[in-house]
Amino acid sequence: MTSHTPIVELIGVTKSFGPVDVLKGIDFTAYAGRVTALVGDNGAGKSTLIKGLAGVQEYDGGVVKFEGKEVSLPSARAAAALGIEVVYQDLALCENLDIVQNMFLGRETMLGVTLNEPQMEFEASKTLTGLSVRTVKSVRQKVASLSGGQRQTVAIARSVLRNAKLVILDEPTAALGVAQTEQVLNLVRRLADSGVAVIIISHNLQDVFKVADDIAVLYLGKMVANLKSTETNHLDVVQYITGSRTMGDQE
Amino acid sequence: MSVTIGSGHEGNVREQLTAYKARVKGGEMGALPSVLSLFVLTFLFAALNPFFLTQGNFANLLTQTATLMMLAMALVFVILLAEIDLSAGVTSGVAMALFIIMTNRWEIDWRISIVAGLLCGAAIGAFIGFFVAKVGVPSFVVTLGLFLGFQGLQLALLGDGGIYRIEVPEIRAIMNDNLPGWMGWAFLAIAITVMALLNFYDRSVRARNGLANRPISLMYTKLGVSIVIGASLVALLNTNRSQSIKEISGVPIVVPIALTVLFFGTLLLDRTRFGRHLYAVGGNPEAARRSGIKVVKIRIIAFMLCSSLAVISGIFNASRVGAVEATAGKAIVLSGVAAAVVGGVSLFGGRGRLIHAAVGALVIAIIDNGLGLLGLPAGINFLVTGGVLIMAATVDAVSRKRTSASR
Repeated sequence: MTSHTPIVELIGVTKSFGPVDVLKGIDFTAYAGRVTALVGDNGAGKSTLIKGLAGVQEYDGGVVKFEGKEVSLPSARAAAALGIEVVYQDLALCENLDIVQNMFLGRETMLGVTLNEPQMEFEASKTLTGLSVRTVKSVRQKVASLSGGQRQTVAIARSVLRNAKLVILDEPTAALGVAQTEQVLNLVRRLADSGVAVIIISHNLQDVFKVADDIAVLYLGKMVANLKSTETNHLDVVQYITGSRTMGDQE
Repeated sequence: MSVTIGSGHEGNVREQLTAYKARVKGGEMGALPSVLSLFVLTFLFAALNPFFLTQGNFANLLTQTATLMMLAMALVFVILLAEIDLSAGVTSGVAMALFIIMTNRWEIDWRISIVAGLLCGAAIGAFIGFFVAKVGVPSFVVTLGLFLGFQGLQLALLGDGGIYRIEVPEIRAIMNDNLPGWMGWAFLAIAITVMALLNFYDRSVRARNGLANRPISLMYTKLGVSIVIGASLVALLNTNRSQSIKEISGVPIVVPIALTVLFFGTLLLDRTRFGRHLYAVGGNPEAARRSGIKVVKIRIIAFMLCSSLAVISGIFNASRVGAVEATAGKAIVLSGVAAAVVGGVSLFGGRGRLIHAAVGALVIAIIDNGLGLLGLPAGINFLVTGGVLIMAATVDAVSRKRTSASR
């Protein structure tokens, strides 16, 4: 894995809504093959930071570098064109369609004027197999019949299918049970191991320590800590999140 | 390829049947309830009245159904979006008013007039679609407004109590004339051939992509059943059903027309990008939007298709009545919605097919026809139809709950 040049690098990005400065000059990096957890209390600016990367809401200032080149992200389309995919908390799947149809929604493979169902089915199966997903019985199952974890799996697999270089996961385990959380975290790990840069937002530090390589902590619009998960512990991170400790204390 | 999920192994016939049973149990019933009630009603009325199963009544039933069937199929396109078009009936009335004025008053060629009528329908659909999708007015309100307004427009176009006789023999023929015997058989042969070719084509594309196919015996069974049913229907319709000296036989001309619309409409919904996106918007508009689907465009096109197909149902109606009236299309639209729902099209959007609406229309027409033959008062007819509709809507709501509860 080339962990040396970051896939995405934010330098001093800012965002304010009226008089409220939500992002006060954030530096942030995410590397290919690594899972970067973005943690912070409510209102710390996690969503705003992610929305900027997703192209949903542009930053006011600062520099965004993607694969070393400076880029602008004015729209979700622009972000997707670069290879940035966001898996939202509510997943945005169509329950009335099956797994294949959902994975290819909006980017269907055609054979003349008709849909090339077999090829889509093959590609979808291949992608799921590539991620070692074994929990789904048939790719022709309707999403309505899937469990929460399976839906998360489909949503993540869809971003893989779209050749994403950076996948942003918003609270992927928030609504899941223990076993399903485990499955999804394993999937996230495999996703990173396949060479994708993964950013995961989570409130659950247990999950974060299980899956993340790097932990970035936001506190009131500032990046207060960039930690390696192997070099820190649960308590430290909590202290950074709550603001009772800053990076200076450590050095 | 054995590692690929769900495609490396499609299962034998027994496994396919088990999978189907599981889907039905899970709430994906589709047309099953309406097909079953179709059988039950047929046996019931056949037992109660010997005339019910005669060729004459059967042909009559087909033409009775055609108008409703076409309107119900039209409505599927908007019901799939969880929208409604209450003005579909009067839209067809307005388009037919235009048609009759063009042919009778201005003596324009009927083919041009038909095209004008269809374009008129499409324009009205675009108008509705614009207000619903772009402006954001609920479709119920927009189309209710048009439902009232167009009744006025029909009166204005045709005059108070205006009835215009259809002078075009080709239009009158749709509902009143029949195909010659050999053409009925030829149409059946074409239909079966197209079905078989489509099946073989799909199998070859799947095989080329390294996917397993369903057991071929299943396909031959389906084709065999279609041939048997189709052949017995054509044979039945090709016998003389006249009560007088002049022979009446053959498949009514409306049948191949309706089936052709059904065929191409189904292709559009099942096999094109537009169809896929229509289902997606009906299932989850937000997910569709995030996937880059132009939701507004899909909605407008759906309303245009609905109104245009409604005009075809208007043509059927005019052909049957032999005239265009100022009140045409007013009464039928709610039956059209009922037919779609009875057939298994979900009012919640995203679920349902054209064939469901067609079967639903048959159910409603059979109730109408059968109770009529029994000589029961018309009130009973409405009560039964209403009851069936509520039952169907309940099945829909319950099965919807079940699919989302099974996660």
